[in-house]
Amino acid sequence: MTTKLSNAQIAWRAAQDLPDGAYVNLGIGFPEMIAKFKPKGREVIYHTENGVLDFGEAPPAGQEDWDLINAGKKAITLNDGASFFHHADSFAMVRGGHLDVAVLGAYEISENGDLANWSTGPGSVPAVGGAMDLVHGAKQVWVVTDHVTKKGAPKLLKQCRLPLTGVACVTTVYTSLAVVDIRDGCFVLREKLPGMSLDELQALTEADLSVEGTVKDLVVPEV
Amino acid sequence: MNKISPSIDDALAGIEDGMAVMIGGFGGAGAPIELIHALVDIYKKTGSPGSLTVINNNAGNGAVGIAAMIYAGMVAKMVCSFPRSSDPKAFTDKYLAGEIGLELVPQGTLAERIRAGGAGIPAFYTPSSFGTDVAEGKPVAEFEGRSYVQERWLKADVALIKAELADRKGNLTYRKAARNFSPLMAMAAKTTIVQASRIVEPGEIDPEHIVTPGIFVNRVVEVANPQQEEAMLREGAN
Repeated sequence: MTTKLSNAQIAWRAAQDLPDGAYVNLGIGFPEMIAKFKPKGREVIYHTENGVLDFGEAPPAGQEDWDLINAGKKAITLNDGASFFHHADSFAMVRGGHLDVAVLGAYEISENGDLANWSTGPGSVPAVGGAMDLVHGAKQVWVVTDHVTKKGAPKLLKQCRLPLTGVACVTTVYTSLAVVDIRDGCFVLREKLPGMSLDELQALTEADLSVEGTVKDLVVPEV
Repeated sequence: MNKISPSIDDALAGIEDGMAVMIGGFGGAGAPIELIHALVDIYKKTGSPGSLTVINNNAGNGAVGIAAMIYAGMVAKMVCSFPRSSDPKAFTDKYLAGEIGLELVPQGTLAERIRAGGAGIPAFYTPSSFGTDVAEGKPVAEFEGRSYVQERWLKADVALIKAELADRKGNLTYRKAARNFSPLMAMAAKTTIVQASRIVEPGEIDPEHIVTPGIFVNRVVEVANPQQEEAMLREGAN
């Protein structure tokens, strides 16, 4: 029995919710994996902060053009219909409400939708990139994350303790144990692993999980 | 009208100590390596221009480009969104030693501040950073029930830009995602200095395709087959 989902499985689950025809920004790293699991037959157009819309997969090794990269500085290719634009237009797409979905990683998420994902506090070089912009403007802001930290502490909190990326911005959290929507300042449990009781899941979640109607089983294939 | 400079050194003339310098590029894409390295050489020979404020999305990678400026000791402060890279040692060591300043700006805010600087808009409101440490001390206002943070324009004395095509009137095109901040920076600097991979006759660039109109450009120098920062790093440049 699955005890928790791998990152690839979390990405797979999030990918199932990508709407057909959506404009989507996938954050650097873990969220980028979602593209691989997009259900067949749905057309999704990917945006990257550094000024490309409708990019495709990475090119084969040796065929990279380093003037054609994504926000993670990785080489990309273009789909037919792709476009280039400068940074102000790129962030107009972000803040102006033109993106349907933005997906980010997280250190912490609070029950009112606050996100902390850019700074682990003093002592390191702070770097924020586009995260503080991406959390505002997209119609849905998803987070993909392990349900708990490496030390086993909850990441779904009453209040974030780390420096915030944005206030009341997250709409759905896809974790290694559950799918949780954020509505009216509450974590609303949509799906959980079938092998886990609600009490067990709650014990790994600092804030209250509320239930509206039935909680579906979170069933993900091996990927 | 002829904005073409006979050499890189001519194009870079007049950059002084303490100036604010916008440098195009996002990671290695769009970094005007030849302009930057020539400026580093000038600094090493003459001790000037130093104490520069450099505005770029990043803060250098490896030991080339902006990292070379930092290693040379000519940068007093970086204004950027993401001072990390695959090899951020040049900036990180000086930052942790307190030898270089940092103004951290969310990426979209950085772009819009530069755009505003070039467009004559002294301030604007953005949802980005509301409720975060980055917004501390900045005015906040509510519009249609949501809170927004006031940000101010960002201008510079000089912009260093890499373009693909240019003509003597300063009209520019860019190459793929190497465009990024460059069209904004070209607007926001008093003196915009461009290295172009090819200079063509006016009229050869279709007016429908010009990305930066020449009014935003002061000097153009041709650098055929320019270095690409990411490619240099991957080939082991240091």
